[in-house]
Amino acid sequence: MDLNDTPDQAAYREHVRGWLQQNRQHAPDTRGRGDEEAAVEAHRGWQRRLAEAGFVGVTWPAEHGGQGRGPLEQVIVNQEIARAGVPGILDTIGVGMLGPTLIAHGSDEQKQRYLGPMLHADEVWCQLFSEPAAGSDLAGIQARAKREDDGGWRISGQKVWTTNAQFAAYGLLLARTDPDVSKHRGLTMFVVPMDGEGVTIRPLRQISGEPEFNEVFFDDVRLEPGSEVGAVNGGWGVALTTLMFERLTIGAGSEGLGYSGERFARAIASDPVAAADPEVRQRLGALATELLALRFTGYRLLTALSRGQIPGPEAGLGKVTAVNAAIEAGDLIADVIGPEALDSDSEWSYLISFLPGLKSAGGTEEILRNTVGERVLGLPPEPRLDKGIPFSELRAKERQEVGA
Amino acid sequence: MNFELSDEQVFLREAARGALGRVNTVAAAREALEGGALPDLWPTAIQAGWTGLLISEDHGGAGLGALDAMLVLAEAGRVLAGIPLLGHLPATALLDRAGFSPESLGQLADGTIRAAYVPARPGDDRDPAWTAEPASGKRRAPAPTVVRDGELATVTGHVAWVPDAPGADLLVVVGVDEDGTPVAVAVGERADGVRVEATTAYDATRSLGHVTFDGAQGRALELDDEGLRSAWFLAQGLLAAEGLGAVEEALERSVTYAKERFTFGRAIGSYQAVKHALTEVLRRQENTRSLLYYAGWAYDDAPGEFPLAASALRVAAGGALDFAARELISVHGGIGATWEHDAPLWFRRAQLSRRLLGGTAESADRVAGELLTSAAGTPA
Repeated sequence: MDLNDTPDQAAYREHVRGWLQQNRQHAPDTRGRGDEEAAVEAHRGWQRRLAEAGFVGVTWPAEHGGQGRGPLEQVIVNQEIARAGVPGILDTIGVGMLGPTLIAHGSDEQKQRYLGPMLHADEVWCQLFSEPAAGSDLAGIQARAKREDDGGWRISGQKVWTTNAQFAAYGLLLARTDPDVSKHRGLTMFVVPMDGEGVTIRPLRQISGEPEFNEVFFDDVRLEPGSEVGAVNGGWGVALTTLMFERLTIGAGSEGLGYSGERFARAIASDPVAAADPEVRQRLGALATELLALRFTGYRLLTALSRGQIPGPEAGLGKVTAVNAAIEAGDLIADVIGPEALDSDSEWSYLISFLPGLKSAGGTEEILRNTVGERVLGLPPEPRLDKGIPFSELRAKERQEVGA
Repeated sequence: MNFELSDEQVFLREAARGALGRVNTVAAAREALEGGALPDLWPTAIQAGWTGLLISEDHGGAGLGALDAMLVLAEAGRVLAGIPLLGHLPATALLDRAGFSPESLGQLADGTIRAAYVPARPGDDRDPAWTAEPASGKRRAPAPTVVRDGELATVTGHVAWVPDAPGADLLVVVGVDEDGTPVAVAVGERADGVRVEATTAYDATRSLGHVTFDGAQGRALELDDEGLRSAWFLAQGLLAAEGLGAVEEALERSVTYAKERFTFGRAIGSYQAVKHALTEVLRRQENTRSLLYYAGWAYDDAPGEFPLAASALRVAAGGALDFAARELISVHGGIGATWEHDAPLWFRRAQLSRRLLGGTAESADRVAGELLTSAAGTPA
């Protein structure tokens, strides 16, 4: 067991830390309220600066503008950015998940055209997978893509939970191209320009009142030939790649959520009555134990990554631990502080309002437990009523059952 | 960054699993409930070198660390084996650290003599007093009093529920002198004024005793405060490690049955209610394992964090084993709660373990206390 850097890693950390010290005066404030457009421009500039220094796409291959380094170097960059108190990159979804998907499945032309501007935040990306009626059962999406005579496409449908859509240049969109085969087989992945005619973006406000996400509507939006990523009707495999990188991003970044026993203890330590209260201490001890376990599970995960192992679905349990422990923490702190903790300018108000949504983000707790139970414990799946049935028939059956 | 077991540690764990696999300890655990004698696993411990795990090589031991010791105890816990290492290992760690007589250390390392740690709980941020396990109730007992006369020391006091005390040759008791300063004393089992009363336990695999010192004389050990504190937390870690092993076995058995048992035409493991509960056992098991690594690492590399790490480990393991044992029963249905089945053995192990050495609730309080103390020193 050794939590220290190797000499190479220590040298790299020194390099990152030195650069951040020299450049931190260019960093914008952490994004929040205020002039959204100006803030986005400032963060775009900051990502560009980080990219020029080689701190964006650390694990991307060099031929696509990355640094070709290992996951631990990416973690070192994240840790040093957090330590310096400066914001990270603007487009974590593009660089962490969608870029790697393009690298794995995109055409040479697509890689040539999109990856460079993505790294430098000249073009920010968004992920257009989930729909109002397809979240846990992602392969049940209904957005349609119809082929045109010239090989181009027409897209119609609605996507939801789309982070950054309001300033994204492109989106990676999963759509149905063949409804007459079983649902996983008739999907295709596309690159969609977000400024296309027929694209409507509406902010979706959360419990906190902040619009963290958007809804995106596609009304007969035209795509040029060659917009598909990977094979036509091969979109499910492409989506799985994105979801694997999502797991990797979430797993490696569990500390980045800012949920730690130390932070929550600080909120209680300032109140001597609370700090001596046996019930408060029991609750704090229990949730802090979960968060400590999360931290050291993260180190095990990093060790596996550094040995070239891909984390399995059990990494998703880290999200379950993090979200539930943070819910307990918000609850405890509100009990200790009282109504003031729920004031709109309290950091706890935001945390408390944010967590119910996070419980479903990146896979609901129930779906994560299904996946882990089946893939890790080897338990049999529930019987499925959609296997081998063409999607169009499945939809007709659903409508019939709801109507009955 | 390398936060996984070394090849040697994996080998140590596999060897322990192999050595313990030669005796049917689970069947013995059941027979012990009816008054049967438990198999004597001390010769196994001697042969495998576990008796000298925490004694330095200079003194004839293996000179290994807390993580190695916890890996062995996890394997013992997996099969509910009663090996008196929970008492012996913290005691030998104290004796080795204090530079006890080389001859005795050699005999402790090779298992010729067996020691038991008679614990005292270090004070915390709310109450600095060292306390002992009471026979009953929530109020903790005062730690035994020690009167020193140079190397010699006279101990008076009572400590209940001491793991592995019956039959131990040497008791390493932690008490306090007239100033309340903690001091450890090695007392021979045959010394005048020592009484060890073996108690029958809910979990028959566990040997426990109520220990009384009535002016018993022994040798004071030269140890600093941190050394004495770490013995308490080492015992917490070892007890938790046994729990992790028991959780692993309980989960394996539950999963196997959930695949074999059918209701309404399908395996019960396919139902979400069953699947999600077993996934919860897995989540708790892996969280416990991560904290076991943390505690093992902290013991050697960050001793200041060891109380936090070992206490968190104890909390996680106690909760995991309770949950896993209840799931083991409920997956099996009614039969799982009967004498016919092995599940009650895990349940009994879980319920008793959670109440020993201060109990898991005290460990949770300690986690909070450690974090609140550090937080008070840093700006919000």
